[in-house]
Amino acid sequence: MIRMRITKREPLPKWARVVIPIAAIITTLILSAIPILLAGGNLWKSYYYLFYGALGTRFNLLETFVKASPLLLTGLAVAFAFRAKFWNIGAEGQLLAGALAATVLGVSLGGIPGVLVLPVIIIGGFLAGGIWAAIPAILKTKLKVDDVVSTLLLNYVMIHMMGALLFGPLQQPGSSWPRSSAIIEAARYPILLTKSRFHLGILIALLAVLVIWFINKRTVFGYRSKAVGVNIRAAQFGGINTTAVILWTALVSGGLAGLAGVGELCALQYRLIMDISPGYGYSGIVIAMLGNLHPVGVLFSSLFFSVIIVGAHTMSRMTGVPTYIAEVIQGMALMIMLIFLLFTEYRIRVVRK
Amino acid sequence: MGEFIEAAFISGLMGAMMRMATPIIFATLGEILAERSGVLNLGIEGIMLMGAMTGFLVTFGTGSLWLGVLTAAIVGMILGLLMAFLSVNLGLSQHVSGLGITLFSTGLAMFIYRLYFGSPTVPPIVQPFKQVSLPLLSKIPVIGPGLFTQYTLTYLAWLLVPVMSILLYKTKMGLKIRTVGENPVVADTVGVSVILTRTLCLIVGGALMGVGGAFLTLAHQNMFLIDVIGGRGWVSIAMVIFGNWDPLKGAIGAIIFGFLDGLQLRLQGLGFHISFHIFLMIPYLLTIVALIGVSRKASVPASLLKPYRREEKGG
Repeated sequence: MIRMRITKREPLPKWARVVIPIAAIITTLILSAIPILLAGGNLWKSYYYLFYGALGTRFNLLETFVKASPLLLTGLAVAFAFRAKFWNIGAEGQLLAGALAATVLGVSLGGIPGVLVLPVIIIGGFLAGGIWAAIPAILKTKLKVDDVVSTLLLNYVMIHMMGALLFGPLQQPGSSWPRSSAIIEAARYPILLTKSRFHLGILIALLAVLVIWFINKRTVFGYRSKAVGVNIRAAQFGGINTTAVILWTALVSGGLAGLAGVGELCALQYRLIMDISPGYGYSGIVIAMLGNLHPVGVLFSSLFFSVIIVGAHTMSRMTGVPTYIAEVIQGMALMIMLIFLLFTEYRIRVVRK
Repeated sequence: MGEFIEAAFISGLMGAMMRMATPIIFATLGEILAERSGVLNLGIEGIMLMGAMTGFLVTFGTGSLWLGVLTAAIVGMILGLLMAFLSVNLGLSQHVSGLGITLFSTGLAMFIYRLYFGSPTVPPIVQPFKQVSLPLLSKIPVIGPGLFTQYTLTYLAWLLVPVMSILLYKTKMGLKIRTVGENPVVADTVGVSVILTRTLCLIVGGALMGVGGAFLTLAHQNMFLIDVIGGRGWVSIAMVIFGNWDPLKGAIGAIIFGFLDGLQLRLQGLGFHISFHIFLMIPYLLTIVALIGVSRKASVPASLLKPYRREEKGG
């Protein structure tokens, strides 16, 4: 009989942590041939348009950054929470909370000086997302409610709350569609490069990578957050106020997701609609894992995903392969990454008995 | 006249309650089986969606509803096996493996659907299951017609509740499953294969989840829509906790959720001047409230979330 034995191995050198995600991505791209062929797409043409669509022209390349910015923020949000083992699966709802806050502020802040509008909206969106994430954190720490379930369920509560508002008080006067009025001019993110949609939110997302890296590596809070994630009992025993750490972690995590919502609203849509997010919050989970919960890793994995999503549209147009190929590839990438990550910690041997 | 409307309303509500509880019961029982053996299966939402899609697809292609249900069960088993490979054989994080399966299945379900049907302006439909009236019971005034004129799958779901209880509490197999979930080292010592037990529980649990999904496209509705599951998998996970990992209590949770879901459908129909989204929100909100009530005294299977690696002890 053939059996698999899994044994712990010596820690791999540092380069392996870079090589393994790249190997996972290459494996994913190779295995993507299966759904492409199933859809009857020409393999080389499909791969060509996948990359051409994402990177082939200046505009396409900048669009890839536009798409990457919400993914980067939700990815960071999930990574920051998972690092402390706060299982925040609610980035989608937190993103919507951020977009909702930005809408309310964006249509009503006409009275204050223009330069103050965006800072107020950004802070408001961050807080809205953070508070929406703090609810399950409080439920977890004070009432022992499972965070996976509560964060997930709150996504549905948020989407229906948004629906109720878009059919109610926030609905654009005279419209029968579930959409809000447009936000004021001063509430829009400036476009930073001509003939593109490369906007302020992309810089905010990149800045967030630096901030999270700094918090993780250089602050006491980052250390405590990690300690809670590694072993909550030991952390408690060591005098860390774990309740406070989880709460603050949730606040930052939800805040980042909220910023993703602000970006989508203030840079792209300018008004709140029901499908403001095509599941960025859920993609953030995959991106966080693929990036090994490290901010720089998350940066690269969000760019990879953005290439896949933007490229899949061109590929779909040119070869007829459904755009949902992007979701299939995302799912595959996660599972392959998981298996590859296993190799970093364990050795798998096939033994004959 | 008023009395007549009231009776019709109650009967309709009872019927909707039973209908809406059905997928939750299937999925909750499947999840209980998995968790009792020590594995949290967060693939549930995706497995239900794949069950809903493949069941619909096969019924659309063959015209046979039961072949659709069977396909959904088999697809659920395959995804359960995949979950077992990741989380039991390889011992990866159960949280992440399950979410991976959900994300992968969601993409795959939509991909295959588009592949087969393209992007039709009117969604294709099948001739769905018909409701069956139980003799005598459906003649009970007021509640009878609603409660006992149901789909065969609904009766099957209720039949599975005692079956699962007996399996878990009264059989040797059930004892093995619970031991593996509570203390795998002990199970291993007395010669019960932890890996095999967990794998089987995930496979059978996956089948139940798949059937739960298929109920939504073959009985409750007659078409496949992308948001057909709409978080019912996550609700089922909440019901497992609410029911304290007990099949009967879990089913009671499911029926309460079914009641709320049915109520929101009925109230929408009555044309209240409140957005239907408020009604849609209520079941999810109250599920969270219910979890607050029970979570403090929940008795989680002791080895839930812990991968089992025999080798680690031997060094």
